[in-house]
Amino acid sequence: MNGKLEATNVCVEYLIARTGERFRALEDVCLTVNEGEFVSFLGPSGCGKTTFLHAIDGLVPVTRGEIRIDDRAITKPGKDRAMVFQSPALLPWRTVMCNVMYGLEIQGAGGQAGKQRVTNLIKLVGLEGFEHRFPNELSGGMQQRANLARALATDPEILLLDEPFANLDEQTREFMQAELLRIWATTHKTAIFVTHNITEAIYLSDRVVVFSARPGHIKKIVTIDLPRPRPLKLKRQVEFLKYEEDIWEMLQEEVAKMGMRAQET
Amino acid sequence: MSPHLSAAPIAQDTLPRVEKQESFFTRFISTRKHILINLTSVLVFFLIWEYIGTSGLINPLFISSPSAIVQSAAQWVQEGSIWNDLYVSGTEFVVGFALAIIVGIPFGILLGWYRTFNYIFEPFVFGLNATPRVALVPLLIIWFGIGLWSKVAIVFLGAFFPLVLNAYAGVRTVDDLLLRAARSFGANDWQIFRTITLPSSVPFVLAGLRVGLGHALIGIVIGELVAATAGIGYEMAIAGATFQTARLFVGILLITIAGVFLTGVIGYIERRFDAWRPQRM
Ligand SMILES: Nc1ncnc2c1ncn2[C@@H]1O[C@H](COP(=O)(O)OP(=O)(O)O)[C@@H](O)[C@H]1O
Ligand SMILES: [Mg+2]
Repeated sequence: MNGKLEATNVCVEYLIARTGERFRALEDVCLTVNEGEFVSFLGPSGCGKTTFLHAIDGLVPVTRGEIRIDDRAITKPGKDRAMVFQSPALLPWRTVMCNVMYGLEIQGAGGQAGKQRVTNLIKLVGLEGFEHRFPNELSGGMQQRANLARALATDPEILLLDEPFANLDEQTREFMQAELLRIWATTHKTAIFVTHNITEAIYLSDRVVVFSARPGHIKKIVTIDLPRPRPLKLKRQVEFLKYEEDIWEMLQEEVAKMGMRAQET
Repeated sequence: MSPHLSAAPIAQDTLPRVEKQESFFTRFISTRKHILINLTSVLVFFLIWEYIGTSGLINPLFISSPSAIVQSAAQWVQEGSIWNDLYVSGTEFVVGFALAIIVGIPFGILLGWYRTFNYIFEPFVFGLNATPRVALVPLLIIWFGIGLWSKVAIVFLGAFFPLVLNAYAGVRTVDDLLLRAARSFGANDWQIFRTITLPSSVPFVLAGLRVGLGHALIGIVIGELVAATAGIGYEMAIAGATFQTARLFVGILLITIAGVFLTGVIGYIERRFDAWRPQRM
């Protein structure tokens, strides 16, 4: 089994074309994610979670430091990773079936075997019967299921998820969290999940990486010692609430700091 | 407590069914109503026209009348020249418009896709597009004579620019999120072009076809009014010079019918792509 991620002293800077300035979005991030582990990145908006995830995917170059996957340094997107985007980013002119097929097609693995795989995945994410719908004929939750299936189709070792449920209503969101755990349990992939929702991070993860902002770096890593499989009602148990309170306090400091700095400027 | 309230959670996640409240019968009536009112208003318009034209309220030399127009059309058919006129105008349109599509759409796509190509041709495209095409007509007649090819050139130039500019806009207006998704799967430039850029520019290209079609029809009439030996516009020029108002209206109607029909064809093509278009209400 593969899918081990090692980030050492990762620093990402954006060049602001308009002013020529360099903006440091991520500073000195060190993190190891083990094979098959579920890790969440948690932090206030703008603290560099997406930036780090994109750097892992190879969409954004690292300015300093290094990201290695299974001991290969990464420089660009690859078959070993797949991204589930916050906005579903489905191709509107393709049906669900053809959208889920998209990654395989790009990687030259379409064909009959690909089709079989896609059919199975559509079943796995619960979109059976909707194969021939266009994205605009699906609800938000169903679009995210298709988005997830598309990422799983290329059989990546690491699944990168960028706030995939942020735009869903609360009930759908909870349901999708449980669905994601079910799917993750059957696929045994390494999963990195970005969110700014504390409950979501704890419920899903083996470890929660709490980020702090400006420039973004890791504040603390919390190991979530709760048994799996996790029913949704786990969220109301004392141990869970304890984690929630601890992490809430950590984040509160960050939000306060950002607020103070916003006042200075 | 109704047992229906404890629906499975998956129901939250599926598309709400839109229940059509109207019965089939009321829908039947309301769609017919639309067409009936359309037909009635057109009919009333022609009746009023006929009355004004034949009662002498306004000199028939100005507005003719539907019955005179029908007669004139019948006469034109009897003369037999109408078939040749239709053939000549039709050929000018088809050749000119087809050339504009074959050259214009790829040209617009290249303009949007390759930066250097864009820098080279940008001044010419935007400059020529700002030139009123009518101003070029005398020049085109010097170059191509008064036969088929001067009109083909005029039609071509009319349709070319809307096609180029729309294809260009289509290629440049690609959703960043889709591009990122493609790149995340490791797509190369050619794959991005084929799977993202090209399909997402389709609505733009169709809009360009619609505008280009109008310009092409204008091109036929202007070209033939200025210099021609046959064609609908040519006959209209003669009819106008000899005060045959009814025959002039036949020409106008023929061009209008062609325009409505061809716009309908484009509308049909557009609707075929509607399934995935973002729905706007
Ligand atoms: N393409 C970009 N160019 C310049 N700055 C960017 C760019 N993308 C993100 N940033 C900045 O980097 C910081 C981190 O952004 P992001 O990673 O999106 O945060 P998060 O996902 O945690 O909300 C923000 O301050 C944002 O303004
Ligand atoms: Mg983000």
